Amino acid sequence: MTYIKKPRIDLPGRGRNEIGLTMRDYEGGLSTLCAGCGHDSITAAIVQAFFELSTPPESVIKLSGIGCSSKTPAYFVSGAHGFNSVHGRMPSVATGAMAANRDLVCIAVSGDGDSLSIGFGQFGHVVRRNLNMLYIIENNGVYGLTKGQFSASADPGSKAKKGEVNVMQSIDPVSTAIALGGSFVARGFSGDRAQLVPLIKAGIRHRGCAVLDVISPCVTFNDHEGSTKSYAYTRENYHPAVYTDFVPPAEQIEAEQKDGEATTVTMHDGSRIKLRKADNAYDPSDRSAVMHYLEDRRTKGEVVTGLLYIDEDLPEMHAIAQTEAEPLSGRAFSDLSPGAAALAKLQKGMR
Amino acid sequence: MSAAQSRVNDFVVKIGTVNGTGSASANGLLMKALFRMGIPVTGKNMFPSNIQGLPTWYEIRANKDGYMARSGRVDVMVAMNAQTYKQDLAEVSPGGFLIYDSTWPREHTLQRDDITVLGVPLAKMANEHFKVARVRILMKNVAYVGVLAALLNLDLEIIKQLLTETFADKPKLVDSNLEAIMLGYDYAMAQFTCPLPVRAEKMGNGNEGKVLIEGNAAAALGAVYAGATVGAWYPITPSTSVMDAFKSYCDMFRTDPETGERRFCIIQAEDELAAAGMVLGANWAGARAFTPTSGPGISLMSEFIGFAYYAEIPSVFMDIQRVGPSTGMPTRTQQCDLMLAAFASHGDTRHPILLPKDPNECFELSVKAFDLADRLQTPVFFLSDLDIGMNDWMIDELQWDDGYQPDRGKMLGPAELETMEKFHRYLDEDGDGIPKRTLPGKHPKGAYFVRGSGHNRYGGYTEDAEEYQDVLDRLLVKWETAKQLVPGPEIRHAGKHADYGIIAFGSSHGAVTEALDGLAEEGIHADYMRLRAFPFNEEVEAFIAAHKTVFVVEQNRDAQMRSLLMVELDAPADKLVSVLHYNGLPIPSDCIAEALREHIAKEAAA
Repeated sequence: MTYIKKPRIDLPGRGRNEIGLTMRDYEGGLSTLCAGCGHDSITAAIVQAFFELSTPPESVIKLSGIGCSSKTPAYFVSGAHGFNSVHGRMPSVATGAMAANRDLVCIAVSGDGDSLSIGFGQFGHVVRRNLNMLYIIENNGVYGLTKGQFSASADPGSKAKKGEVNVMQSIDPVSTAIALGGSFVARGFSGDRAQLVPLIKAGIRHRGCAVLDVISPCVTFNDHEGSTKSYAYTRENYHPAVYTDFVPPAEQIEAEQKDGEATTVTMHDGSRIKLRKADNAYDPSDRSAVMHYLEDRRTKGEVVTGLLYIDEDLPEMHAIAQTEAEPLSGRAFSDLSPGAAALAKLQKGMR
Repeated sequence: MSAAQSRVNDFVVKIGTVNGTGSASANGLLMKALFRMGIPVTGKNMFPSNIQGLPTWYEIRANKDGYMARSGRVDVMVAMNAQTYKQDLAEVSPGGFLIYDSTWPREHTLQRDDITVLGVPLAKMANEHFKVARVRILMKNVAYVGVLAALLNLDLEIIKQLLTETFADKPKLVDSNLEAIMLGYDYAMAQFTCPLPVRAEKMGNGNEGKVLIEGNAAAALGAVYAGATVGAWYPITPSTSVMDAFKSYCDMFRTDPETGERRFCIIQAEDELAAAGMVLGANWAGARAFTPTSGPGISLMSEFIGFAYYAEIPSVFMDIQRVGPSTGMPTRTQQCDLMLAAFASHGDTRHPILLPKDPNECFELSVKAFDLADRLQTPVFFLSDLDIGMNDWMIDELQWDDGYQPDRGKMLGPAELETMEKFHRYLDEDGDGIPKRTLPGKHPKGAYFVRGSGHNRYGGYTEDAEEYQDVLDRLLVKWETAKQLVPGPEIRHAGKHADYGIIAFGSSHGAVTEALDGLAEEGIHADYMRLRAFPFNEEVEAFIAAHKTVFVVEQNRDAQMRSLLMVELDAPADKLVSVLHYNGLPIPSDCIAEALREHIAKEAAA
């Protein structure tokens, strides 16, 4: 069983959000992943993000493919509709769902195997289509459920648990997503919740495809010495390029630009992301500079994190398709079927 | 020259050209001229999987009795393509006519004494008359319309009217096309005895109440009228024109003329796997969504089709069949995806299939496919083929009932959920095997988890043997319900006692009825059952039981329908005699008649 019902305990004194729900209302079933799995930390960050955004759970759809990471939608927002699809095909299901009902809040969880191998095509095209969703890749460099094969994100030189060394090049979802024309590309680390929560919030509110690659060590198969996706390696080489604060529409930005290096990006719903750069020269809106920076840091073995690239102006799928504002799924049949008279008229041209 | 038979309003004209030379519009003009003269007419395109430069044929059958299938004969051949001259010459029926472009001498070794060969210097005339090279090529083809108008007694006024309508916004083209037509017409009138004994005469009421349409356009219209809002697809011959038509009808009917906002969303997917996923996602989220594809696409979509079967997601898959296996012949027709559609995907799966016979049924059954998918919460196949989908059919005008309301099946809305204690996704409350479903975004109590992994009747994940089997068995109950909901067969009795039965479906229908009419005149009688859907109901079973021998006509090599009948109904193998046609061309009536005659003679001799 990978789903265990969690006992409901409402602790007195715990806060309620703007719509009167507690953090517990955003939780899901009990995780059956290994103890210490990075994915569980990401789940906790997702729960916190939705709670703080006061998102109505029923407005959320949560989707996934196949793999350890793809089990996690069962562990958050139990009031959301879930869709555990087939391996590597989550993006297409998300695309269809959002095509039908553009008002839904779409969060999808995938893994490095699910997105960078079997689902590489769908990953690429959903980014290119700029579907309005948050696309989280829980990246551990390894296939967990089938017991430890390298994934496509395994770095060259990284050592498997049984000693085999990976010699192939790795696929980096961040630089790939930027190259594909992604509108929001970020990287986090499951061990840094303070950074992760605002990234998730910003990704949810971003109108377009927000790709969030989260380094999430596999404690069972890829947390040993010689692995470049271990807790130890990630901590040692952790390099936040930008610190991100998420500011909901109602709140004022306090202490404006105090360090002189902060940039504010206003999102379509009025919320703002405040970016404080760790590196002075870093500009997350300059695509070629970002690519250059990432490549430079990659060669140094650094794990660069933060909201690394953003373009709020790229049109999302419905803007491209010129779909009307009201969700298609909500349209009454009478608004859709042209009727007998129109059919008769149309057929006058078929003679 | 041999004695030609008189064939008034009963002939086949076949035109061999090079693709990419504009012959399609010339052929369309011929079709419509015959149509407006009131003669039942049908046009079949035999085209290459290529853009320009390869041989292509168009076969027009005019038949006063309304027979629409290929007849197996060619009365008038227009051989415009030197490359296929030998083959075209050989194909003309004895007593028939061959028209060729005499600008260039033809090979004298190629002769036939039993047909009449008529040379017209089409290229020479077009070259002398028109200046631009491309125009010369196009007009050479338009000129043969003029030649045929003279030879076949086509109404020039109708042709002029058609040109005026076609080029309403380009009057110059009306003039140049008409000039080209008159070049051919005048030449033929001067050089030959016109009209030929093979010719057209105006009849009836000018085909009032009829239209010319391709099946793919009708299927797309069905999707529009059924209220489908999301279409996901990957381009593939011969299904592409379904989505092209869906888009153009949606542009016409569902686009705000002022803002340009669209009340539909068409997604060109990265591949068929994604197209299927999009259809599932959209249906899950409450839209009616579909994908048009062909056999290779169904192979790729099978993973998601199995998912939709098990997770019970309504979805419509339009398979416009082409020749397999593998890439096969993309521009040729077959009924070769039956088995694939019936059992697509791994594990125990089975899917309802609708089998339209012509564009009229494409419209009707396309709507039905959406209703069935929603009612049964399962993938439904709409199985057409290239012959129906891409050829020009004359049919009764499509009709629409404004009282129609879509059957969205067992869908719980917010009000119903509000009063419920708890919602369970896979619970069969009334014994028909169909559970209730909810849509995302509507109500907190409606939430559930869709998964392709083992689940129990409450929607929870399971690896428990009994819980798993419980759901799988319930899906069989649903299958029984499906038998009652899909359209039953259409049975045409021979009018007298018949030991023989004949079963066919889809695009074979026209050829079967024509063959049966002919056989009846010879004293061979058979009852005819046209299957309209899978699974089969009791009527199908009873029909087989009531006949000594049942011929099963199908356009594939492996007798897939016969196998389905045997697997599903335990129909005795020795009773089911296959009549198979699978060369990629639409099945002609004479091949069916011949097969029945032969078998019956063999039986008599035994």
